[in-house]
Amino acid sequence: MTPSRPGPAHQDTDIFLVESHENLDQLNADLLALEHDPTSQDLLDSIFRTIHTIKGTSGFLAFHRLEQLTHAGESLLSRLRDRTIAPTDQRTSALLSLVDAVREMLGQIERTGVESDTDQSELVSRLAGLLEDQVEDAVPLAPPSNSAASAPAPGSTPTPADGRRSVVESSVRVDVELLDTLMRMVGELVLSRNQLVSELEDQKDTALARSAQRLSLVTSELQEQVMKTRMQPVDTVWSKLPRVVRDLSRQVGRQVRLEMEGRDTELDRSVLEAIKDPLTHLVRNAIDHGIEPPQKRVAAGKEAEGTLLLRAYHEAGQVHLEIVDNGAGIDPAVIAAKALERGLASAAELERMSAREIIQLIFLPGFSTASAITNVSGRGVGMDVVKTRIEGIGGSVDVISHKGTGSTFRLTIPLTLAIIPALTIGCAGRRYAIPQVSVLELVRLSGEHARGGIEHISGAPVYRLRGTLLPLVRLDEQLGLVPVDTQISPTTTGGEGADPEPEDARGGFIVVLQAEQHRFGLVVDDVLDTQEIVVKPLGRHLKGLPMYAGATILGDGSVVLILDATTVARRADVLASTAGTASTGVLEESTAIDPVLVVELAGGRQAAIPLDMVTRLEEIPQSSIEKVGGREVVQYRGHIMPMVRLATLLGAYGDGSEATDRVQLVVYTRGERSVGFAVERIIDIATERSGSRSDIDDHALLGSVVVGERVVELLDVHAAVLAADPVFYEEAS
Amino acid sequence: MTQLSTFHVGKYLFGVEVALVQEIVRMQPITPVPLSSPEIAGLINLRGEVLTAVDLRSRLGLPPPPTGARPQVNVVVRVDDEPVSLLVDEIGGVQEVDQVPFESTPSTVDPGLGALLVGAYTLPDQLLLALDARALLALHSAAA
Repeated sequence: MTPSRPGPAHQDTDIFLVESHENLDQLNADLLALEHDPTSQDLLDSIFRTIHTIKGTSGFLAFHRLEQLTHAGESLLSRLRDRTIAPTDQRTSALLSLVDAVREMLGQIERTGVESDTDQSELVSRLAGLLEDQVEDAVPLAPPSNSAASAPAPGSTPTPADGRRSVVESSVRVDVELLDTLMRMVGELVLSRNQLVSELEDQKDTALARSAQRLSLVTSELQEQVMKTRMQPVDTVWSKLPRVVRDLSRQVGRQVRLEMEGRDTELDRSVLEAIKDPLTHLVRNAIDHGIEPPQKRVAAGKEAEGTLLLRAYHEAGQVHLEIVDNGAGIDPAVIAAKALERGLASAAELERMSAREIIQLIFLPGFSTASAITNVSGRGVGMDVVKTRIEGIGGSVDVISHKGTGSTFRLTIPLTLAIIPALTIGCAGRRYAIPQVSVLELVRLSGEHARGGIEHISGAPVYRLRGTLLPLVRLDEQLGLVPVDTQISPTTTGGEGADPEPEDARGGFIVVLQAEQHRFGLVVDDVLDTQEIVVKPLGRHLKGLPMYAGATILGDGSVVLILDATTVARRADVLASTAGTASTGVLEESTAIDPVLVVELAGGRQAAIPLDMVTRLEEIPQSSIEKVGGREVVQYRGHIMPMVRLATLLGAYGDGSEATDRVQLVVYTRGERSVGFAVERIIDIATERSGSRSDIDDHALLGSVVVGERVVELLDVHAAVLAADPVFYEEAS
Repeated sequence: MTQLSTFHVGKYLFGVEVALVQEIVRMQPITPVPLSSPEIAGLINLRGEVLTAVDLRSRLGLPPPPTGARPQVNVVVRVDDEPVSLLVDEIGGVQEVDQVPFESTPSTVDPGLGALLVGAYTLPDQLLLALDARALLALHSAAA
């Protein structure tokens, strides 16, 4: 918000505008609170002071219409405060109208620098008309006796100066644009840091490496802190909702109690901005379609007053926002009938769908169940827009509803939009980034698991992953880099063919992705790294390519495209129901659970190493470890073997008890070369139970797996080997 | 009087309005964008900004550069507030032209180029074709 008005810059006006907007938000909240607690002297005092301050300053700045209007409000408030009259519904409504009018006038001043000519005399006389208690006055919200009994108002007349809300002296007001600039610059700094770190990887200068590490830490810290400055509590959006709920519930004749949980939950302001409209829409929808009229509720044995609960909380690096109502819920039968009528689904399709799937149809474009079109909602634009908007910022919308008991809409949204963790992969000699949020798991295709393990069911490639069939998509085919795979005949299911084609012997990875409730595997050549990337939008010439979510610049300065998992899946048609059927056609055999070696690093922290990456276990004396040029090596079977302490690599710090004189080594050998991973203790060989979710931002970790009852980090052996011996793979291949 | 920034592509000398040219940068590594139209050479990193690079040869319907040709040069032009790089063979210089340009495309010029030109100027030794930068970059707004 940058007021750019012609003429000399009125700094006083700017300050007045900023303060007044804040005060108005407070005023709205205070007035609504007053309805529930009409006798609160604190609230009345607060409301009076706010209006008084605006009136005083507008007089000073010669905004006479504004002064006149606020004066009328002040007179009414002064009587309310002095308990001469009681706060009634009418009076509160008039005061809320006053807040709206003042806000509008301030907006006009902000845009043009002068007051509008809008005639406010009607509102002024309405306010003046409420100064006296009249016979036909609506039932006071508080019994008059109650207000008469309360003590007279304190005598002090607040001045504009002490009328300001207690300003915390340790905070300063910062222009939002400055924060955006800071955020951009930090983004650039993160890029430069990544670049520096990747260049230093080949360096042997330890002093330089140490400074770089320090720089790296400070950068991460700075990034986090700057991101924090842009965080605002979700309440900044929620605070507008009580008014929406009040007005709307009156308009449509509902009784609604609004409850909020987790008002302090913070989100990046860009995200807040993006969820404002969808959130408001969902709230309006819940009142209009969800919560029933009081008599209907009572008939159904519910409280006349419906409850609308807004809940916000952080979980797994994302923010969850829930809109819960205890209204009528969504009737799948009604939705199905409507979907059929609108031609959004065929009877046969509906037949096969679960109730939950049918309810999801409300997110389809052109769907509206309001039997009567009101000016509240139900114009057929709505839920699909909510869904598009939320997905546009990388979030998702889900609905759970039970007929008769209410609905819960859950929005899952990222904390910030600017910097995201991503997985970089290699495909056809190029690198691409995939946002970590859609990555579920990585599967390496090596040895007998190589591409020969890919099966074909009715022509479509699938992979057997822990007993379920995962539909596969080859990235190189999707990007048009190779012709679509036709050479493998669909009959070779099983991969036990007599002459394995060279194609099958190629290694690679399957990146298991989640797109719109479906899982699919993206076949790529290599998995390189996970890192924080700064998302840069693509130019207008590339906007027509939806499979790219943007581009980023990696540490070495190269530009890398960011893939949009959902679009890739959609293009490949793996989201169609046929793929879903394929995955349910599970064959019971061969639930290949990969065994892992569980080791303790330091201080109780554990890690898992895929067992097929472990050649031998050794115990060596501490004294046999030598230092060569900043790296540690041991004499092993007549060779010098580089070793790396996993605790140091993964940043686990023990309590100093590692001063034992024996070191446990996990040795990985390939050809002539070996590396050793020093660990504190070998714990067990176990089988990995459930899918690994790779949300750990660390170079040498692939994610985590569940072993027994414990979540254990899964070591990225490839990265760990490179940390011990950067040329390990180069010379071996 | 008009000032044109000139460059060579194939056998032609082209010019765009100097005011539109943001800067000239030596060849940067280009990240190709699979599935994009052939006129799009890819993406380049210009001091931390990601720019689209347009393969001018392809855009103008000229044959690809002969193998072993010198690396191309990025002419970064800013049209409609978005910088885009034009890949050219070689940079010329700034040419002041004060004559009224030919409005029709000279017969020696590939007729396909006509729509992308604002006019042509005769220089002592060569013909200078003034490009319509906006038309040049208007590719694919429709396809998108």
